[in-house]
Amino acid sequence: MMKIEAIIQPSRLESVKEALLEIGIEGITVTEVRGHGRQKGHTEVYRGREYTVDLLPKIKLEMVMADGLVNRAVEAILKSAKTGKIGDGKIFLSRIEEAIRIRNEERGEGVL
Amino acid sequence: MKWKGVVCCCLMTLLLTAFPLLAQQSQVPATPPAPTAIAATSEVPKAVAERLNQLEHKVAAAQSSADNAWMLVSAALVLLMTGPGLALFYGGLVRQKNVLAIMMQSFALMALITVLWALVGYSLCFGGSGPVIGNFEHAFLRGVGVTPNADYAGTIPQTTFMIYQLMFAIITPALITGATAERMKFSGTVLFMTLWFLVVYAPMAHMVWGKGGMLNAVGGRFPTLDFAGGTVVHVTSGVSALVCALYLGKRVGYPKQPMPPHSLVLSFVGACMLWVGWFGFNAGSALASNGLASSAFVATQFGAAAAALGWSLAEWLKNGRASALGAISGAVAGLVAITPAAGFVGPMPALAIGFIAGVFCFWMVTRFKAMFRYDDALDAFGVHGAGGTIGALLTGVFAQAAFNPIFGAGKPVGGLDGRWAQVCNQLVGVLIAWTIAAVGTIVLLKLVDLLTGLRVHEEHEIAGLDISLHGEEGYNLES
Repeated sequence: MMKIEAIIQPSRLESVKEALLEIGIEGITVTEVRGHGRQKGHTEVYRGREYTVDLLPKIKLEMVMADGLVNRAVEAILKSAKTGKIGDGKIFLSRIEEAIRIRNEERGEGVL
Repeated sequence: MKWKGVVCCCLMTLLLTAFPLLAQQSQVPATPPAPTAIAATSEVPKAVAERLNQLEHKVAAAQSSADNAWMLVSAALVLLMTGPGLALFYGGLVRQKNVLAIMMQSFALMALITVLWALVGYSLCFGGSGPVIGNFEHAFLRGVGVTPNADYAGTIPQTTFMIYQLMFAIITPALITGATAERMKFSGTVLFMTLWFLVVYAPMAHMVWGKGGMLNAVGGRFPTLDFAGGTVVHVTSGVSALVCALYLGKRVGYPKQPMPPHSLVLSFVGACMLWVGWFGFNAGSALASNGLASSAFVATQFGAAAAALGWSLAEWLKNGRASALGAISGAVAGLVAITPAAGFVGPMPALAIGFIAGVFCFWMVTRFKAMFRYDDALDAFGVHGAGGTIGALLTGVFAQAAFNPIFGAGKPVGGLDGRWAQVCNQLVGVLIAWTIAAVGTIVLLKLVDLLTGLRVHEEHEIAGLDISLHGEEGYNLES
């Protein structure tokens, strides 16, 4: 099992969700987050006072899946989340040791 | 047959004289001639004389009804400027943790000044005929009834005039809260505003608008033109705001820490309400539903529009963008500047006054404030003090007898009429307003500082005034 964490532009959320559904990813957790990578935010001006807003709103997706699905899922995210501009976000992969369904305490890949 | 001819002639003459008379009344609202009873003579039979007298009374009553309707609406419009207008405008500009505190200050003043007004306020502003301040003639609203007060507005009940003027007294101190925002105690604010109203507002209002006042345009020692309160409302509140900002000091973290407005949407709605309410403020200051009111209404609209464009244009050239906050701030600056001029200038000068004020106030809040590093949190001085001052001076330049022959028919009024001396009178009026506001405010701040204290504790300021002073929060979005 692998976990995919993807930080994406808020505006790409809908198309990423669709792309993931298409390849059969059924479980997904979405969080609204703020942060910056190399992009370093933007400036806002209120009555002449400039503020640098360095933490920008992003969307974080988390999903755990069987190893066989990971490559296709990454591809789907890359395709649907890309705008080609700075600030498109990142994808992180990590190995997951166990998954447990709370309702019936079932364990293993079957719960995904 | 003969007496029929006489009656016809009388009626015709009366009608012909009544029309120009009415037209004249619409130009000079303050002095409508009281209907003089027509006595029966050998030429006018008794029945006809009675009928004519009845008709005259009906005409006067009809005019009073029309004027009163407009003035009651105007009074409500001016109250709308404070709450919700100013409360939303200022509320959106502060940080989320202080939104209730600033709105509460405006609301508290609606209640506080109303009570003071009933007890002594109206009398101190409009009682008697002293040069500096009123007296206690109308304390507890004694003698204020449906009978018009011919000194001020001869066609509407004095109660209407009284309630209309109250709304001005409410918004003036409320404007100051923009400079003290996010750091002044509620107790200190209430006490300071009470004293400020008595010590600064009442004399200023009486001097400029009160009978016998030394700055009154009609008969004053320094006749200052101030149609709807450029000096009385905006210069006094703006200058006092500056003094308050200097005395209180900067907010914790200013200017290093970002303090962006928490909701420009609220400010936007508030500014639009201010614009609408301002028609009651300026056009209502004609104190009648007449041509002068229309003229002031038109000038108000044009001044606001030109100023919104002026500020936006300056901002666009400077920053490469025109912001929503800039556009609404510009409109408010224009409304401030056109306030003293509204009933004295034509539409083209109104455009000029607005545009100049828009650019000037933009410079005041962006460059001037940065140069002198004071923390006028919501720019009460930069918009009201600066806009009021420039508007009062430009009134002297652009006032024309064609729109308001206030010094008598045919006599020149302002610079455009060739009477440049009026600019000097305006300057005197502005200087007196600055002096009273600055001196009064500093003395009262010292006093209130000793009695209740002015500034909240640092930890309260950081936690936000909503929770620390009022025990509540503006937004409990998750509950």
